[in-house]
Amino acid sequence: MMLKIENLHAQIGDNEILRGVNLEVAAGEVHAIMGPNGSGKSTLANVLAGHEAYGITGTVRFEDEDLLALSPEDRAAAGLFLAFQHPVEIPGVGNLYFLRMAFNSVRRRRGLEELDVMGFLALAQERMKLVEMDRSFMSRSVNEGFSGGEKKRNEILQMTILEPKLAILDETDSGLDIDALRIVAGGVNALRRPDRAMIVITHHQRLLDYIVPDRVHVMVGGRIVRSGDKDLALELEEHGYAGLGLEVASDRSASVGATP
Amino acid sequence: MTTVTSTAKTSATAAPTVADLLSRLGFRPSGPSPAWLTQARHASLGWATARGFPTLKDEDWKYTRLGPLLDVPFERAGDGDGAGRRVSPAMIDALTIDAASTRLVFVNGLFAPELSLLTDLPEGVTVTNLASVLAEGGAGLEPFFSRPFGEYDHAFTAINTVLAEDGAFIQVAADALITAPIELVFLSDAHGPPIMANPRSLILAGPRSRVAVVETYAGTSGGVTCTNAVTQVVLDEGARVEHYKIQDEPDAAFHLALLDVRQGPGSRFSSGSVALGSKIARNEVRVRLEGEGAEAGIDGLYLPRGDQHHDNPILIEHAAPRCSSRQLYKGIVDERGHGVFNGRIIVWPDAPGTDASQTNKNLLLSDHAEVDTRPRLEILTDDVKCAHGAAVGALDEEALFYLRSRGVPHEAARALLTYAFARELLDLIESESLRTHVETLVTGRLSTDSDGTGAHSGD
Repeated sequence: MMLKIENLHAQIGDNEILRGVNLEVAAGEVHAIMGPNGSGKSTLANVLAGHEAYGITGTVRFEDEDLLALSPEDRAAAGLFLAFQHPVEIPGVGNLYFLRMAFNSVRRRRGLEELDVMGFLALAQERMKLVEMDRSFMSRSVNEGFSGGEKKRNEILQMTILEPKLAILDETDSGLDIDALRIVAGGVNALRRPDRAMIVITHHQRLLDYIVPDRVHVMVGGRIVRSGDKDLALELEEHGYAGLGLEVASDRSASVGATP
Repeated sequence: MTTVTSTAKTSATAAPTVADLLSRLGFRPSGPSPAWLTQARHASLGWATARGFPTLKDEDWKYTRLGPLLDVPFERAGDGDGAGRRVSPAMIDALTIDAASTRLVFVNGLFAPELSLLTDLPEGVTVTNLASVLAEGGAGLEPFFSRPFGEYDHAFTAINTVLAEDGAFIQVAADALITAPIELVFLSDAHGPPIMANPRSLILAGPRSRVAVVETYAGTSGGVTCTNAVTQVVLDEGARVEHYKIQDEPDAAFHLALLDVRQGPGSRFSSGSVALGSKIARNEVRVRLEGEGAEAGIDGLYLPRGDQHHDNPILIEHAAPRCSSRQLYKGIVDERGHGVFNGRIIVWPDAPGTDASQTNKNLLLSDHAEVDTRPRLEILTDDVKCAHGAAVGALDEEALFYLRSRGVPHEAARALLTYAFARELLDLIESESLRTHVETLVTGRLSTDSDGTGAHSGD
């Protein structure tokens, strides 16, 4: 099993956001996590990536390693990648410089050869084609002044460059028009491989037309309350959470984070 | 009881007076001195003795305690005590930005011709040392010495007037365009008693001329020094002057400096300073926009750490119509460092159409780092556009997490974000070789601790 989450709890202050998440993801699989706002989807993504704001109990094993014991940078080196819902703008740090620094940091920790500027530029340009990104993005500061769609494409570009084993996409589709969605999904599908897994967090069935999941989970109130195959997403789309008999309103107390 | 005792102790050792300091430093203007200069020195001596040292009650000195400086028994650098012996050509090479540049080197305020480079001077510019100009009578220089700072004079600028013997003299003829930066290197070097130096420099830019000057302050470690420097700049109509200053004196040094600028009509002045060194440094900049349509851009980066104190008192006077001024100061304060931005803008009644802006941003890298930021606007006319803003904050935790989640190690991510904070100022440096030089200094600073190790204290 690539990822094994057992009884994962996460809280900020007295506010418990994850209330016992259990999830297993095998290599080669794509899992979708759906759920209403505030159900804990983004918190799960952040906790897996190593955000330090949360008090955490439970276990997470990633390729049989204790993921929770690793720093965020060590998780990246181990092959974990989070495409952020709200990628942060970093004025003064050039996109190309940042990408090469990230790439070489990860390569170094994986015991692989680092690339010089020219070598990296060649790689980056090849990957930029996948997400139809203009070369001028490289000379701009990280995400600074990028439109919502450009930021999401930059996330996918980073993913294609860092070549993670497990990619978590946190509402990468939110705020995208249909063309941007196609581009982003194309980048994601280009990365699908038998030795790579993905967790796709989304509000909408729409994305799952492009990235077809092996498993679909419904998260409510900090727990995964229902799991199924891709038809579960269609069912949700048709009937809503209430239609599946899921009590959503009563879980408002857990509302934190994820707002589109 | 304890409190009373300690109070009594403090008052028992009376703070030294201006007269005490001057008598120790010896008021003995050397060489053949013009009569007006002797007169000007006496006038400043009388004024400073009567006025005394500034205290924390003075608005412009409110954040800089002078006690540690006044407690040091400074002496004047002597001619026969081997001052400057430890300054080698290799040391000058390391401080030089471009080996081919015109360069004046001063050790403890005195010209060191053997370390300077004055060959191949471009046409239309005089570059020499002030002492040699004064030795020839210093025609026309009287206004620069006869109480030139008026109500803004203070004990240290007055002491400089009393004691200054040497410094740089740069005069650019009308329409002359000097493209390569002229480098001025001021070294402090004390290996015996503490030394105080009082360099005085003049930069006079003729009508429509252009010149760039870099002042570098550094020193040998070991002794205690105080640099009390004054640089006066005058821009005639349409002149353009770029001034840069790198203050990288040893950690035991004291550094007090005034950059005093007067601008004629349509002139453009820019100042970029970076403060890295000294125990206590006060880098004062005063710009008086006297001619219509003059423009000034005053920028600074200060990086105090350890127990360093970097004070930046700025005074911009808008005294003519339609002038513009812009200030951008950034502080990166680590460990127990203390940064100060004390920026004052005065818009006089006869300065309609003034456009003034002032920005001060500070990054605190440790819980013990301290910043005082104080904008002071005094606007005495209508029809003015004035904007000012100040900010103090820590590194953006979300940006830090973002970088780390991409595999960038924690320390590298911190350094990257800190450097990014400074970069806006570095990008303003026009000369590429100078920009690279300053970038190297700043990145070098950000990748080490004050004790010289690579690890970040993280306190």
